[in-house]
Amino acid sequence: MKPNPIRLSGLEPLIITPDSNFVNVGERTNVTGSKRFLNLIKSKDYETALEIALEQVKGGAQILDVNMDEGMLDSEEEMTTFLNLIASEPEIARIPIMVDSSKWSVIMAGLKTLQGKGVVNSISLKDGEEEFLNRAKTVRRFGAAVIAMAFDEKGQADNLERRIEICKRSYELLVNKVGFDPSDIILDPNIFPVATGMEEHRKNALDFFLAAKWIRENLLGAHVIGGVSNVSFSFRGNNKVREAMHSAFLYHAIQHGMDMGIVNPSQLEVYSDIPEKLLEAVEDVLLDRRDDATERLLDIAESYKEAGTSKEKEVEEWRSGTVEERLSHSLIKGITEFIETDTEEARLKYQSPLTVIEGPLMDGMNVVGDLFGSGKMFLPQVVKSARVMKQAVAYLTPFLEEEKKKNKDTSERHKILLATVKGDVHDIGKNIVGVVLACNNFDVIDLGVMVPTEKILDEAEKYDVDVIGLSGLITPSLDEMVGVAKEMKKRGMKLPLIIGGATTSRIHTAVKIDPNYDSPVVHILDASRAVTVCTDLLKDSGAEFAKGIKDEYTDLRDDHARRHQKKTFLSFEEAKENHTHINWKTTTITKPRKLGVQVFEEVSLITLRDFIDWSPFFKTWMLAGKYPAILKDEVVGEHATELFDDANILLDEIIENNSLKAKGVIGLFPAARAREDVVVYEDESREKEKTRFHFIRQQTEKRSDQPNSSLADYIAPKETGVKDYIGFFAVTAGLGIEDLLKIHSTDDYKSIMIKALADRLAEAFAEYMHFKVRTDYWGYARDENLDNEALIAEEYTGIRPAPGYPACPDHTEKRTLFNLLEVEKNVGISLTESYAMYPASSVSGFYFSHPQSRYFGVGKIQKDQVKDYARRKGQSVEETEKWLAPNLAYNAND
Amino acid sequence: MSLFSLFLNQPINNRVNIEKQLKERILILDGAMGTMIQRYNLTEEDFRGDRFRQTQKDLKGNNDLLSLTRPDVIHEIHEAYLEAGADIIETNTFSGTSIAQEDYGLEDVVYDLNKASAEIAKEAAVKYTKLDPKQPRFVAGAMGPTNKTASLSPDVSNPGYRAITFDQLATAYKEQARGLLDGGSDVLLIETIFDTLNAKAALFAVEELFDERGKRVPIMISGTITDASGRTLSGQTAEAFLISLSHVDLLSIGLNCALGASQLQPYLKTLAKYAPYYVSAYPNAGLPNEFGEYDQGPREMVKQVEAYLEEGIVNILGGCCGTTPEHIKAMAEAVKNYTPRKVEKEFAA
Repeated sequence: MKPNPIRLSGLEPLIITPDSNFVNVGERTNVTGSKRFLNLIKSKDYETALEIALEQVKGGAQILDVNMDEGMLDSEEEMTTFLNLIASEPEIARIPIMVDSSKWSVIMAGLKTLQGKGVVNSISLKDGEEEFLNRAKTVRRFGAAVIAMAFDEKGQADNLERRIEICKRSYELLVNKVGFDPSDIILDPNIFPVATGMEEHRKNALDFFLAAKWIRENLLGAHVIGGVSNVSFSFRGNNKVREAMHSAFLYHAIQHGMDMGIVNPSQLEVYSDIPEKLLEAVEDVLLDRRDDATERLLDIAESYKEAGTSKEKEVEEWRSGTVEERLSHSLIKGITEFIETDTEEARLKYQSPLTVIEGPLMDGMNVVGDLFGSGKMFLPQVVKSARVMKQAVAYLTPFLEEEKKKNKDTSERHKILLATVKGDVHDIGKNIVGVVLACNNFDVIDLGVMVPTEKILDEAEKYDVDVIGLSGLITPSLDEMVGVAKEMKKRGMKLPLIIGGATTSRIHTAVKIDPNYDSPVVHILDASRAVTVCTDLLKDSGAEFAKGIKDEYTDLRDDHARRHQKKTFLSFEEAKENHTHINWKTTTITKPRKLGVQVFEEVSLITLRDFIDWSPFFKTWMLAGKYPAILKDEVVGEHATELFDDANILLDEIIENNSLKAKGVIGLFPAARAREDVVVYEDESREKEKTRFHFIRQQTEKRSDQPNSSLADYIAPKETGVKDYIGFFAVTAGLGIEDLLKIHSTDDYKSIMIKALADRLAEAFAEYMHFKVRTDYWGYARDENLDNEALIAEEYTGIRPAPGYPACPDHTEKRTLFNLLEVEKNVGISLTESYAMYPASSVSGFYFSHPQSRYFGVGKIQKDQVKDYARRKGQSVEETEKWLAPNLAYNAND
Repeated sequence: MSLFSLFLNQPINNRVNIEKQLKERILILDGAMGTMIQRYNLTEEDFRGDRFRQTQKDLKGNNDLLSLTRPDVIHEIHEAYLEAGADIIETNTFSGTSIAQEDYGLEDVVYDLNKASAEIAKEAAVKYTKLDPKQPRFVAGAMGPTNKTASLSPDVSNPGYRAITFDQLATAYKEQARGLLDGGSDVLLIETIFDTLNAKAALFAVEELFDERGKRVPIMISGTITDASGRTLSGQTAEAFLISLSHVDLLSIGLNCALGASQLQPYLKTLAKYAPYYVSAYPNAGLPNEFGEYDQGPREMVKQVEAYLEEGIVNILGGCCGTTPEHIKAMAEAVKNYTPRKVEKEFAA
C-alpha cells in the first residue's frame, strides 16, 4: 500500500508525497539557532525579523520553523506576536508554519494563531506516555501534523537501536491511541554532531541514516526529519566546511529516506560543487569510513577557513529601476526595507513632500487598487501595501510640517468620519478604509457600527469633519445610506459623502443616493481607492473633481433611466387615461371679481419686504440653514446675522432712495380644457378663443392610486359645461437695477447683495400678488388667513406654476403668456431668445384655483407625447425636442 | 480517515441516517433566511417582542432573534423550504454567537436563541418527515463566521493585533453548539467561513463538546471564496482551506455565499477533486445587481447549477443570499435527473 502524502497548508497547500523532493524547513527564525534573530526579537524589531522570514521563503523554504525559546523572552507572547505578524505577510504566510518549542504552552500559543495546517515541533515520550498522548490529542484537535522526537523517559536516543525503539513506540501510540493519520507523523531520530573527537560520536550521522531507512521501511506513511546544522557543530566559524558537511549530510540522509529537514538554505553548498578532497573527507566522517576521518577533516578544514563566506546575497534587480519604479515596487510587494531611502530620493527629486505623496506614492497605491480590484492581489497584501505607504508618509511628515510653516499654512489634517449605517454590523471593510486613510495622513473619526443617521450627522457637525464615509454590507443598508444623504441635505450640509461596502455600487450611488444630496457623493470600490478619492475631493481643485463625479453620475442615471424606460413608461394614451380625476359637478368655481388684464404700477417695497422668504437668500451666499434658525446657528450663525443685517441696511437704502421699482401685471380669463390644452376666451360669452396654452403630461408609470398629471387637468373641460377660469401673472422687482449696480460696480459684495435682494423681492412680489389674487382680485379664497411662514410652506389653495419649471417645463409657453398680458409694454420685462426674462429679478406664471391642483414634476416623456405636443403647438418635432431635451426619455438623435 | 472512526466508539446514528440518503441521491439544502424575512416587512417591535422591549440597542436586523420573538415567522419560512423540497434546513442562527450578538448587547440570550431556533426547525422537519418517511428531513445547526477575524488585524498599523482570539471564539462557538444540540440539531454546519482560523476554533469547540457529551453529530463545513482571487478573505486557496479543516472526519465540505453558481464552480471542482467527504454548494442567486439585490431567478440559477450536476461534483445543493423556496424547488426538481458525486474515502493524490 502506498502511504498517504502529508498535506500541510499556509495560504497555499503543501503536499509531500513519497515522490516529492526533500522538503526544506527554514530555520533562521529561531532564537536558539540565530543570534541575529534573537536580538531582533529582544529589541522588538519585528520588521527586520519578518525580513528574515521572507528571506527564508525566497530562499526556498517550504515550511517555516519559528522558535522563541529563550529565558529572557516571554516566549508565549513572542510566538503569538510573531506568528500574527507572519499572517499579515502573504508572501511568508503562503507556506505552512512549524511551531517549535520545548515548552508546551508556547506550542499552544502558536497553534492558536494558525489558520493553516502546520506542524508541531515537537512532542516526545520524555515525560511519559500519558503526557505524550494528551499532547498528541490536542495537536490533532488543532489540526496540525506532529514531530515526535526520539526521546523517552530514559533520555534521548543516541544509537541506532534506541532510535528505532522510541520512534516505533511513538508511531504506534499516535496511530493506534490518538487516531493520527500516519502521514501526519514526522519522526525525528536526532541529528548529533560528528567529528567532535569523542569516540561515541563517530556513528552519530551513520546511525541517523540507518534509523531513517528503517523508519521509512517499517513505519508506513511516517516522515523523517532532522535539524541538519547540528551535525557540523564542531566546525563553527568555518562556513565553507560547514556548508559542505550540510550538503553531504543531506545528500546521504535523503538517500536513506529523510524527507524533511531543518536547514538554512543559505548555508548549503551545492553537493556537486564541493571540492573533491573536501567532500571525501566529509563523507569519511559522516559515514564513519575511517578511524582517522576526524583528524583528516580537521587538517584540510584549516585551508578552507578564510576561503570564502556564504553566497552573495541575491542581486535585487528591481533596485536598479527609477525611484518611481522602486517606490511602486515596494508598495506593491509590501517591502519596507528601502522605502525611506527611496522616499528621500523622491523628495529631493520632486522638491516637495506633498508631490511625492500625490505623485509616485499614490501612483503605486493606485496600481495596488487595480490589482486588488482585478483579483490579482488579495486583502492582506493590500493591507501590507498600506503599511508601506504609511511608513513613507511618516517619513515625509516632518518635511510636510516644515513646508507648511514656510507657507504659513495653518491648515490641519483633513478629518473624515466613518460609520457603518444603522442596522448593519459589518465593519471589516470600513476599518480597513479607516486605517488606510489614517496611513495617508487623514484624521479618522470612526463611529463604529449600527450608527443612526442623527448620530452620524451630529458627530460630523460636532467635529467639523471634511468628509463623511458610510459603509454597509447588507442590502437594507443601501436605503439607510439614502436616508443619510436626504438628512444631510435637509440639514444643509455640504460635506462630501463617500459610499462604500460590499453591496454598494456606482450605479446605485448614482441613481439612488446622489440625487438626494447636492454636494458630492462618491462611491468607492475598495479601501485602496478611498485615499485617492478623499484627496481629490479635498484639494483645491476638489470642486472640479466633484463636478466631474456629479456629471458622471448624472450620465449614469440618465443612461439607467433610458435603459429602463420600457418597463416604467405608459403610452401617452394610457397616461391620458390616468389623468387627475376631478369631479366638476361638485366643484364650486369662483368667478374672478374682475376679468381681463390689470397692471400694478409701483408696488411698495415696504409691503413686499414682509413677504420675503429669506432662506434661499442665505443659500445664495452658500450659508446652509433655514431662516430664522440660521441666525442662531452654531456654525454659520454669526456670519448669517451679519449678512442679514447688511441686507436689511441695503434694503432700507433702496426703499429710501426708491432705487428699485416693482411692477406687475395679472390677467384673469374664462377658460376651458380642450384635451391636453387650455383654451383662453376673449370674454365670458366663451365664443371666441383668445389664445391657448399647451401642457405636458407625466408619462412614467405610477402607483395604482396616483394620477399621471398635467396642468390641463385642473381646468374644467368645455364639455362639462362648467365655467372655469385661469389666471396669469408677470412681476418684476428689478427695474432700476442697472443704475444701482453701476453705483456699486467696484464692490463685489454689494453687487451680489443687490442681485440677491432683487431676486428675493421679485419672489416676494409673486407671493404677494398671488395672495392678492386669491383673496381679492379673483377672490376664490377670500377668508384665507395665512402668515408668511405658511405661505412659504405653500399652504394656500391653488398654485402658481411657472413655464420652464417642472410642472410645465416648456419655456416657449412664456411667449404666449407675455403676448396675452402684453408684459413688455405693461411691465417692462422682455424675453431673451432663449426665453429668459430680463430683468432677471422677474417671475411669471399661471394661476390655477382648483383645490386639487398641486405642484408636480412632469419628468421624462415619450416620443408619442412629444409628437402630439408638437402637432398641437404647430411646430416640428425636432424643434419641440430641442426645447424639451431635459425631459426626453429617449435619445432624440436615434 | 477510516482510522479515525476507530477512535469514535460512540453511536453515530445521525451519520448513518444521513449518509444513507447521501449515497442514493443529491440532498437539497434550503435557501436564504434573510431574503425571506425581508418579505415580512417586520418592524423594530417585531424584533423586540415582549422579551426585549426594554433593550437599549435597536434590534431590527437581528434576524436570529426572531426565533424568540417571532417564531411563527421562522417556522413558516422553514415550512416553505420543506414544502419546496429541502432535505436539510438550516437553523436561524447565523449570528448566534455571543461575539456576533455583542453588537446588540444580547450575549446572554445566545443559548436560548440557538436552542429555540433548533427546536423550531426540528418541529418543522419532523412534521415533514412524518408526511413522507421516505424523504427524511434533517436540521442543520448553523454556525456563522461571527463578525471578527482571528487571523486578520483590523488595524493596519498594528498587523500583530487581533480583535478576537482562538479561545474567545472557541468559547462562543461551544455555547452556540450546546444550544443547537439541545434544540435537536441533526448535524452542525459551520458555514460562510471567511477566516479558516475561526472555523478551526469552531471545530475545536464542537469536538470538545462531543467529548464531554459522549455523543457526536455529523459536521458539515462550508467556506466562502470572496472574489476573483479564488481565495478566502483570510487568503487561503480552496485546497489549502480543505487541508486546514480535514483533521476532523467531516460529513461534507463545500462553499457558499459571495459568488453566484457559475463563479463558484472552479473552486467547487477543486474541492470535489480532492475531498474525501461529501461536497456541498449553496451559492448566491447570482452576483448582486447595482442595487445590491440578488436577482437571479430560479430558472437561471438552475441552469448554472446543472453544470455542477453534469460534472458530478456535488452531493448537497442549496442556496444562499437571495434564494427563495422557488429556487430551492427548481433545484429539487433538477437533481432528480442526476446521480450524486462518488466519494473516495481517501484524499485524492
